[in-house]
Amino acid sequence: MTFITHMDLIIILYFSHFLHSFKPLQTNAIKTSKYNPFTFLPLNLFEQFQRIANAYFLFLLVLQVIPQISSLSWFTTVVPLVLVLTVTAAKDATDDIVSKCVLCTISPLKNFTTWILDVLVHKTNKKSTQRNPYVFQSYINYTHACLNSSFHSEYNLKPAVSPLSRTLTYAGQKYPLDNEKILLRGCTLRNTEWCFGLVLFAGPETKLMQNSGKTTFKRTSIDRLMNVLVLCIFGFLAFMCTILAIGNCFWEMNEGSQFMVFLPRQDGNNAAFSAFLTFWSYVIILNTVVPISLYVSVEIIRLGNSFYIDWDRKMYFSRYNTPAEARTTTLNEELGQIKYIFSDKTGTLTQNVMTFNKCSINGKSYDTVDFSFNPLADPRFMFHDHALVEAVKLEDPEVHAFFRLLALCHTVMAEEKKEGELFYQAQSPDEGALVTAARNFGFVFRSRTPDSVSIVEMGEERSYELLAILDFNNVRKRMSIIVRSPEGKLCLYCKGADTIIYERLHQSCSKLMDVTTEHLNEFAGEGLRTLALAYKNLDEEYFNQWKQRHHEASTELDNQESKLDELYEEIEKDLLLLGATAIEDKLQDGVPQTIEQLSKANIKIWVLTGDKQETAENIGYSCNLLREEMNDVFIVSGNSPEDVRQELRNARTSMKPVEDSMFLPERTLGKGVKLIADELVNGEYGLVINGHSLAYALEGSMELEFLRTACMCKAVICCRVTPLQKAQVVELVKKYKQAVTLAIGDGANDVSMIKAAHIGVGISGQEGMQAVLSSDYSFAQFRFLQRLLLVHGRWSYLRMCKFLRYFFYKNFTFTFVHFWYGFFCGFSAQTVYDEWFITLYNLVYTALPVLGMSLFDQDVNDVWSFQYPQLYIPGQLNLYFSKKAFFKCALHSCYSSMVLFFIPYAAMHNTVRDDGKDVADYQSFALLTQTCLLFAVTIQLGLEMSYWTAVNTFFVLGSLAMYFAVTFTMYSNGMFLILPSAFPFIGTARNSLNQPNMWLTILLTSILCVLPVVTYRFLFIQLCPTINDKVRMDLLPKQHLPPPPLRTRIRRTSSRRSGYAFSHAQGYGDLVTSGRFLRRPALSGSSGFANIGRTTTGFSPMGRSAGYSPTGRPQNAKVPDVEVTSLQMYRTVRDPAF
Amino acid sequence: MVKEEQELANRPDNTAFTQQRLPAWQPMLSAGIVIPGFVLIGLAFIGIGVALFVTSRSIQVLEFDYTGVDQNSPCFKCSDPKVLNCVCNLNFSIDSLFKGTVFFYYGLSNYYQNFRKYGVSKDDVQLSGDLTNFKTPSDTCSPYAYDSNNQPIVPCGSIANSMFNDAFKLYQIINGTNTLVPFDGKGIAWWTDYNIKYRNPSITPLKNAFNNTVKPIFWSKPAYELDTSDPANNGFINQNFLVWMRRAALPNFRKLYGRINEGDYAQGLPAGNYSLEIAYNYPVLSFDGRKKVVFSNVSWMGGKNEFLGIAYLVIGSMCVFMSIVMLIVYAKFKFPEEDGVPGH
Repeated sequence: MTFITHMDLIIILYFSHFLHSFKPLQTNAIKTSKYNPFTFLPLNLFEQFQRIANAYFLFLLVLQVIPQISSLSWFTTVVPLVLVLTVTAAKDATDDIVSKCVLCTISPLKNFTTWILDVLVHKTNKKSTQRNPYVFQSYINYTHACLNSSFHSEYNLKPAVSPLSRTLTYAGQKYPLDNEKILLRGCTLRNTEWCFGLVLFAGPETKLMQNSGKTTFKRTSIDRLMNVLVLCIFGFLAFMCTILAIGNCFWEMNEGSQFMVFLPRQDGNNAAFSAFLTFWSYVIILNTVVPISLYVSVEIIRLGNSFYIDWDRKMYFSRYNTPAEARTTTLNEELGQIKYIFSDKTGTLTQNVMTFNKCSINGKSYDTVDFSFNPLADPRFMFHDHALVEAVKLEDPEVHAFFRLLALCHTVMAEEKKEGELFYQAQSPDEGALVTAARNFGFVFRSRTPDSVSIVEMGEERSYELLAILDFNNVRKRMSIIVRSPEGKLCLYCKGADTIIYERLHQSCSKLMDVTTEHLNEFAGEGLRTLALAYKNLDEEYFNQWKQRHHEASTELDNQESKLDELYEEIEKDLLLLGATAIEDKLQDGVPQTIEQLSKANIKIWVLTGDKQETAENIGYSCNLLREEMNDVFIVSGNSPEDVRQELRNARTSMKPVEDSMFLPERTLGKGVKLIADELVNGEYGLVINGHSLAYALEGSMELEFLRTACMCKAVICCRVTPLQKAQVVELVKKYKQAVTLAIGDGANDVSMIKAAHIGVGISGQEGMQAVLSSDYSFAQFRFLQRLLLVHGRWSYLRMCKFLRYFFYKNFTFTFVHFWYGFFCGFSAQTVYDEWFITLYNLVYTALPVLGMSLFDQDVNDVWSFQYPQLYIPGQLNLYFSKKAFFKCALHSCYSSMVLFFIPYAAMHNTVRDDGKDVADYQSFALLTQTCLLFAVTIQLGLEMSYWTAVNTFFVLGSLAMYFAVTFTMYSNGMFLILPSAFPFIGTARNSLNQPNMWLTILLTSILCVLPVVTYRFLFIQLCPTINDKVRMDLLPKQHLPPPPLRTRIRRTSSRRSGYAFSHAQGYGDLVTSGRFLRRPALSGSSGFANIGRTTTGFSPMGRSAGYSPTGRPQNAKVPDVEVTSLQMYRTVRDPAF
Repeated sequence: MVKEEQELANRPDNTAFTQQRLPAWQPMLSAGIVIPGFVLIGLAFIGIGVALFVTSRSIQVLEFDYTGVDQNSPCFKCSDPKVLNCVCNLNFSIDSLFKGTVFFYYGLSNYYQNFRKYGVSKDDVQLSGDLTNFKTPSDTCSPYAYDSNNQPIVPCGSIANSMFNDAFKLYQIINGTNTLVPFDGKGIAWWTDYNIKYRNPSITPLKNAFNNTVKPIFWSKPAYELDTSDPANNGFINQNFLVWMRRAALPNFRKLYGRINEGDYAQGLPAGNYSLEIAYNYPVLSFDGRKKVVFSNVSWMGGKNEFLGIAYLVIGSMCVFMSIVMLIVYAKFKFPEEDGVPGH
């Protein structure tokens, strides 16, 4: 029931003796399970009876015990109820056990295996004394830096939480306890094996636990619809019972009072009272309109369909050894109705892995080899161009300078735990990729101190004196470093955005510039992120003077920044161009195809990212979300509410020139919440909105404006959004659109959005677990989303709808026959069927065939589902199961029940057996009607089922066989002799089913029940076929042919300059040089939208790629060659319920 | 190799079931199946319908209402409940031979044997010969479980109590003399009812089993004296009792009283004049019920019932008609192949 968590909030302190005074107040044990073996039964039963359905059946049971009312034996209710309770209890018990296991696996902290205190004491005793004090200090410092960034990612989860700001007084000294000194449970320690800490909050007080407790229970729209329908059914039940009760009242007055000769009543002859009792008696009999097994069956179907997701090999990602996981088993059919997808970018659409792909050195472009000559090479690095390796080996000075620059000019931290095993901690994956590239070409960055950088150049260890770092910021778009080589030469190395570097080059480079520009364009055209590299040798005297001024400037209080900038500008000129690098921000496999497929399925995709606008836009283009052939892509980046409103309005008017704002297409849905209908747009548009603008757009007065505009676009990208805004956007769509939303993300900053959406999907497989833990479904790759939705979701929805339609049909038909019989038995609540049949109808005779259908049915197989993404649209429009479909079901049942009652009635009326004996008796009539019913509903099921596997056939035939086996057994002599009062139907089956008359009646009713359905459906398919019908008709002749391969007409957009490869926050230069490592890293640019760090990247906790697009707009628009989907040309799908 | 296996440890199994690739038959309502199907069903139904209709037509039925509502009715005098032990004669003539074994039924209308409280008012355990339930009949029999002296009623309950007690004798009038046409009252109940469901206690004489019990209130004779002519036809296995206890499904029903299969009448009732002597005991007028007697022969399809034949004919014709409609629709409106499916 409990377990020990590893670490919680820890304050980093620098005094080990402080630990001695620590006394834990709260144990770190967390109780997450609900039950224990003793409380299970009472607690679980109590919970189950809180469910309205179960309570209702308990109420029915009570009614059945009252002899005046009881129209059915108690066992007809008890048997199903006990079964239902048992199944649910078993499920709850396993859930409880599973939830324990899940929590056991939350332990991302690798270095701490037991409770932190033990470790701390342990480590302190053994290791701290052996450490050199400086290393000790630096370790702590660096650790802190990393922890810090870790913390920010967590902190960003909830900006509203006020930071802890208390002081700790110990031994007369005060120590501030602010955010910087706090480590949250779930953080990862890096670059150190230990640290000192004090547990502040433990166990259930931790933020993780407090947050996790608030998970809201998600329900599907079908669930909600079902609740409404169940209420309607209750109303209808009451209505039917009232009619029958009134009928009984009249009957009693007109007939019953006279019939008293043969049936005297103890309680006098009060028609009204009799009617009252009859009402309740009929409530018992007709209760099967609200079938108890419905809920259990729904659960089973969802569970089964969830298992299919877990079992799907096509959603298994072998690289991480992660299969897809349905973490929630109650939302499956909702997957078939998704209208809006909200996606994170980094780690979701992209791999968040930057690879050094190409480079241009001194006018020569290299593509990509074998690094066996270099023992320090990173084995995972792939770059295949022998020419470049040759150039390196030939000691080409430019090539060497190029890689030396990459090895020196950065803010990466190196860690060498073992000789030859280097680990880099980079602020951004871009930098990591560049330094790794240099390392593999023989320029290995090995370590750094605040004032030196050690590298191994072609096997030779060299230490460069680090004189200055001219740090990166968003305005400068470059970073430089000034070093003194071991030979004593001063040199400035600079890397940055090409446009910026080009402005600062020496004239002598103009020729090289042209060639390099060509290369840069080529790289950018492939969607790579580029950087230009340049260097400059410095004069010793000049540098000393500059250094002096630099020192003055940096100590100055006013205008410090601008003065420094001036100084930087001054020294960073007349640079000599070395070349350019190209880094690929690798999209995950299949992302553009997936997005194309999803958009063909009429799903709108919104990307919500913390990235900069340009980066986001670039990714939008490269993953096919924004397309060149779109009519327009609107950029909303206003800085005031008025601007934003105007920009949104402008966008809308250009999408829909005829403004009909007077008739805003909305309708009110209770409680004043409006629903915005979809609006028609003349073309395809995209929208990019900035974080600032989004903040305004999400304000109450403008949210409708924003929503309308955004929903008219095919694709929406929101950049620089905070996690809270992500959730707000999702909530906004949920609030005004009657649509199902899905949020997909991989990081802690996506948690809020994942929880807010109807369905949350987490990308699993890498380090971070927060997103997965709060998600409903998880898998390793974005591309699996199309399988989840277009295959699993669609099938689940289809199956659930078919199930519900059929289930209501079969139960209504079953029940309505009682209603008709009421008119012929004096409204006496006499059942038509045998009580055993009533008990077993839902549980045995019809349970498996319909479950089989809902677990195996598929209209077309998965390959064709991908081929025709349009098949997904009916789900979004709720076509397969809605109030209308339900009403049709009820009408159909009404018809069937009339056939099932009146045909046997007329066939049995005044007839006798072929030996003249009685066959129009009640028991024979019951047997005949129930057999007719079973045949009719089974044949109806056969009509519904479009995928007959061997299992289905077995279930269908088996259930019929079961019916006859059970019936003959229960009507046998033996059973009667054992319990005469329980099996009064003895001999009925033998005596009546040997009559040809009976079988002719069964045949007649069965055919009469299905013929109109077949006719209706056939004519419907011919006259106005649905998409499903068309696809299935189309596939009919080619079902057994191998499907054509998926068309992949995805091409990379033309020559867009995708931005330069700098993605980290500024301030790291200071961090690595100053020695004051503890300074909190200044957040880049605008403070409101902090760069969101994350713990999931391959490189560092701060790794977040971002880029700039210097050119902004696409330079040329190509003729679209992506196939335009033609789904709008077709009418919407109608319900084939009849 | 081993390493590779470990790496794929979580890979789901590749079975047709888990991958949802089970081989399956995927039927569709295509014109090639539906239209011929309708024609076939239609023709088959018409065939069955004709057979049923012809058979039903060949069955002879003779039905007389003897309730005595009408003043001209021979039993009018008996319809007054005050008249006891009333006997009336119903005279009729048959023009031609009434073929085969003729079955004689009595029928009741507006009689709710299917009323729930009526239906449950019996004790199956008692009726299967269990003596403990002779002393303490089940509650379901109430108010016919005990009489006013608190003596247990056997057989208890409304159904038994209300057993039909009119008696019939049929005479053929040949040259002014009445010849009894015997009714065979044996074997008119279901075999299972006679042998399994209803059993007398294994006490001889049967009368002793009924000690300390009283007969049902409406009965004139106790259960063990129902058939004085045949001692084996008494108690719970009296055939008429068994027929009555198999309660009817609908408020209008007929029940078998006897078969005419002996002697001269084994081949049927010859043409001539007949007189049915009715011991009129059973009151039905109070609840506006009707009593009738029915002579009928049977066929392979049982008694006369024209509904089934007509229904088959109608539905068969409708099927054929619909298949023509469908054919027209299919030929005229079937969606063109060329713009078949979006995306193609």
